[in-house]
Amino acid sequence: MKVDLSKPILDRNERFAAENRALFDEHGVFVLDLLASPGAGKTSTILATIAVLRDRYRIAVIEGDIASDVDAQKIKEHGVPAVQINTGGACHLESDMIRRAVDTLEIAEIDLLIIENVGNLVCPTDFDLGEHAKVMILSVPEGHDKPYKYPNIFARAEAVILNKYDTMPVFDFDEDEFREVVRRLNATVPVFPMAATKDQGVAEWAEWLAARIESQRARADIPTD
Amino acid sequence: MHEMGIVSGILTASVETAARENATRINEIRIRVGELTEIVDDALHFAFEALSPGTLAEGATLVVERVPGRSRCVECGTTFNHGRFDVECPSCKNYFCELVEGRELEIESIDIDLPDETEAGETS
Repeated sequence: MKVDLSKPILDRNERFAAENRALFDEHGVFVLDLLASPGAGKTSTILATIAVLRDRYRIAVIEGDIASDVDAQKIKEHGVPAVQINTGGACHLESDMIRRAVDTLEIAEIDLLIIENVGNLVCPTDFDLGEHAKVMILSVPEGHDKPYKYPNIFARAEAVILNKYDTMPVFDFDEDEFREVVRRLNATVPVFPMAATKDQGVAEWAEWLAARIESQRARADIPTD
Repeated sequence: MHEMGIVSGILTASVETAARENATRINEIRIRVGELTEIVDDALHFAFEALSPGTLAEGATLVVERVPGRSRCVECGTTFNHGRFDVECPSCKNYFCELVEGRELEIESIDIDLPDETEAGETS
């Protein structure tokens, strides 16, 4: 006997994601899901972003790693609330993990929540966490051909950060080709050249982010500062 | 390798449904997977072989239907199929297009044996 189901395989994940998003929207929190390979500079980008935006917005961070809490410790050293999620081997974060992490934060006291996903360019792209934007970091040493190999993540990102931009002279990175492939995958996505640890290009990225935070606050009817 | 998680989602939903129908076994599970997801068929089948034994879906066939990418042009309304690259309207060459299909990750249906039709199911 045939039984029709017609339901999403990731039903459970999507349900928690929708609940998360409703909670974030209610409190006017803008939530960023940051994706990159291991070593591309996710934590450095978060620290650089905090440095630029901390006077304007209340920021919190959820750190996703397979093991250890070194990243969360780094964030906390800067006086920013951070929760570590250890996936224990899993290659991506799921929405129920975010829910449990959010329960430990004062959500009403946050304007920007940054989720650092597990360093991986494949699996996290299929999982909605309840975020408002997925942003992808590519670092120059990884090569300009990454979008050919991992197209989906570039197609889904709402912004692309090209990190370690200061190392451009040492690597054979064809920026024109990179931008062209990215455009073919995602015609309207902005690309931000940045050297997070050198404070280069961070302001432009932070402005893009600030605009998104402001529109999220406006939607939740929270006065802008 | 998030296919393990995907397959455990498939199994949970299928086995729950089958159990609700008092099924004795699941013969076939049909799923729809969009071409624009990061799902690899081989990994799906591997995970299914690893996770299905001991459940009602042991020995079942996993049928994967691939759904091509399909978008609608925001300017002229043309709907067209495409791969991962160059999602460009074939009529007006516009890049502003909305994805209509291609990210599916869906269980379509299951085929089960009920207690009174077990024999018929096995011989058909």
